[in-house]
Amino acid sequence: MVDFLNPADWVFVWLQTALFVLLAPLFSGWIKWLKCLLQNRRPPSLLQPYRDLLRLVRKDVLLADNASVLFRGAPYIICGCTVLAASVVPLLILHQPISAMADVIVLVGLFALARFFLALAGMDVGTAFGGMGSSREMTVSALAEPAMLMVVFTLSMVASSTNLSTLVEHGLQQQSVLRPSILFALIALIMVAIAENARIPVDNPATHLELTMIHEAMILEYSGRHLAMMELASQLKLTTYAVLIIDLFFPWGIAQSASAAGLGVAAVAIAVKLSLLGLLLALGETAVAKMRLFKVPTFLAMSFALAMIGMLSFVILESSK
Amino acid sequence: MSGFLDTYSHLTLTEQAILTLAAMVLVSSFALLAQSRVVATIRLFALQGFLLVVVTALVALDTREYHLFYSAGLTLLLKVWFVPWLLTRQARRLGILRDLDSLLRPGVVLIAAGALVIFCYSVALPIQRFAESITRDAIAISLAVVLLSMLMLITRRKAITQVVGFMSMENGLFFGAVTATQGMPMVVELGVAFDVLIAAVVFGVFFFHIRDSIESLDVDMLNQLTEVDE
Repeated sequence: MVDFLNPADWVFVWLQTALFVLLAPLFSGWIKWLKCLLQNRRPPSLLQPYRDLLRLVRKDVLLADNASVLFRGAPYIICGCTVLAASVVPLLILHQPISAMADVIVLVGLFALARFFLALAGMDVGTAFGGMGSSREMTVSALAEPAMLMVVFTLSMVASSTNLSTLVEHGLQQQSVLRPSILFALIALIMVAIAENARIPVDNPATHLELTMIHEAMILEYSGRHLAMMELASQLKLTTYAVLIIDLFFPWGIAQSASAAGLGVAAVAIAVKLSLLGLLLALGETAVAKMRLFKVPTFLAMSFALAMIGMLSFVILESSK
Repeated sequence: MSGFLDTYSHLTLTEQAILTLAAMVLVSSFALLAQSRVVATIRLFALQGFLLVVVTALVALDTREYHLFYSAGLTLLLKVWFVPWLLTRQARRLGILRDLDSLLRPGVVLIAAGALVIFCYSVALPIQRFAESITRDAIAISLAVVLLSMLMLITRRKAITQVVGFMSMENGLFFGAVTATQGMPMVVELGVAFDVLIAAVVFGVFFFHIRDSIESLDVDMLNQLTEVDE
C-alpha cells in the first residue's frame, strides 16, 4: 500500500508538513480576527501573526543570567516535536509513508514530550510565574491526557486500528452511521483540545496579565527567536488539534491518492472546515467566561467520563457479540 | 476490514438513533449524579424524561407498536412537564432552588458509577443472548440507569435531590420496559404513571414536614436527636 522508499511520497510528506506550518499562524490569526469582530473591536489583519513572528525572529534573544542549556534548547525541542506531530496528521492525503510510522498514541506521546520540556523550561530560570505555570500545566495535562487516550481507544476500537490513516478511512467508509461512541468521543476530544491548547474556558490565550494564566506564565521569560518558536509551536498545536478533529470526525473530502483533482477538493474541503471550526471556537470563546482554576479538574473529569461512556457504549451497544 | 466490522452499520438510521439516544440517557444519568445544583438537577431530570420520550416514540415507529405513543405522551406530560414543574415550585417555596447539594467525593462516585455500568453490562449479557429485538442492547443501559439512580439516592443529602434520584430510577425501569419488551400493558403503565404522580405530591408534602421538624432538608440531620444538641 505504501512504498517507504519511494522519494516522491516523501516529497508529499515534506510539502504537507510545510503547508501545515505555514497555515498555523493564519488559522490562529483567523480566530483572533473573528473574535475581534464578535467583540466589536477592529480586527487586525489576518497576516498579523506572521508579522509578529517575523518581528520576534529579528529581535535579539535576552537570556536570564541563570538560564541553563535546557532553557535555550527547549524551544527547538518543543517546536520540533510539534512539527513532527503535525507531519503525522493527514492534512490533504491519506496513506503517506509517515503515517505508517506513527499512530495516534505516538501523537499523544509527542505532545506529551513537548509539554514536558515546556514545563521544565518554565521552571528553569526560577521565577515565581514560571514555576506556577509549569505546575498548573502539569496538573491540567495529567488530567487531559487520560481523557485523550480514552478518546483514542474508543476510536481505535471502532476502527480496530490505531493508525490515523486507517481511522480516517474507516470514517470515510461509513458516512451515514450515527454512533454514540463517536459522538461522545467527539465531545470529549473537543474538551481536551480546549484544555490542551490553553483556550477559554481553561486558560486565556490573550493575556499576560492574569494570575490565572497557565501557558503564558511558562513562556514569560522567553524573547526573540525563542519566543517566536514557542508561539509557532502553540499555533501549530492548535491547528494540529483542529485538523485532527476534522480528520477523525468529519473526514469528507480528504484525498485518498495523490491526484490533482483529489488534492484540489481536499484543499478546499479542509479550508472550509478549518474556517468553520475557527468560527465555532471564536463563538465559544466569546460566549463563555474563563472558569476558576479549581473547576478545571471537574471540566476534564467530565471529558474523561464522556470518553469512558463512549467506550462503554461501543462495547454495550455497537459491538457484535 | 476486520472481524469487528460490523452489524452496527447495517442497522437502519432509526435504530441507530434509538441506540444513540439510549447512550444519551446514560450520559444524562451520569450528569444527574455529578450535578450539585438543585435547579440544574431538576432540569436534567426533565431532559432525561424528554430523551425517554423521543426514544419511546422512535421505538414505536420502528416496531410499529403504536400504543407506545400513549406511553410517550404520558411520559411527556408527567415527567417532562408536571414533576419538574412541581419540584421547581416546591424548591422555590422552600427557598432552596439555588442551593448546592454537593457530593462528598465526586471523583469516587463517578468511578463507582463507571464500575456499576460495567457490572450491569456483564449481568445483562446472558439476557441479551435470548432477546430478539434490535433494542436488546439497551437492557444493560436501562439497568445501569436504575443502579445509577440508586447510587444518587445514597450519595445525596438533600431530600429533594433524593426524590429526583427516585424518579430517575422509575425512568430507568420505564426505559427497560420500552426497549426489552416493547412496553408494558396499558393498565400497568397507567398504574405506574399515577403512582409517580401520587409519589410526587406525597413527597412534596413530606418536604414541608421534614423542614418543619428539623429546619432543613438535609436528611443527614435526621439521625440526630434534637434533645442531645440542646
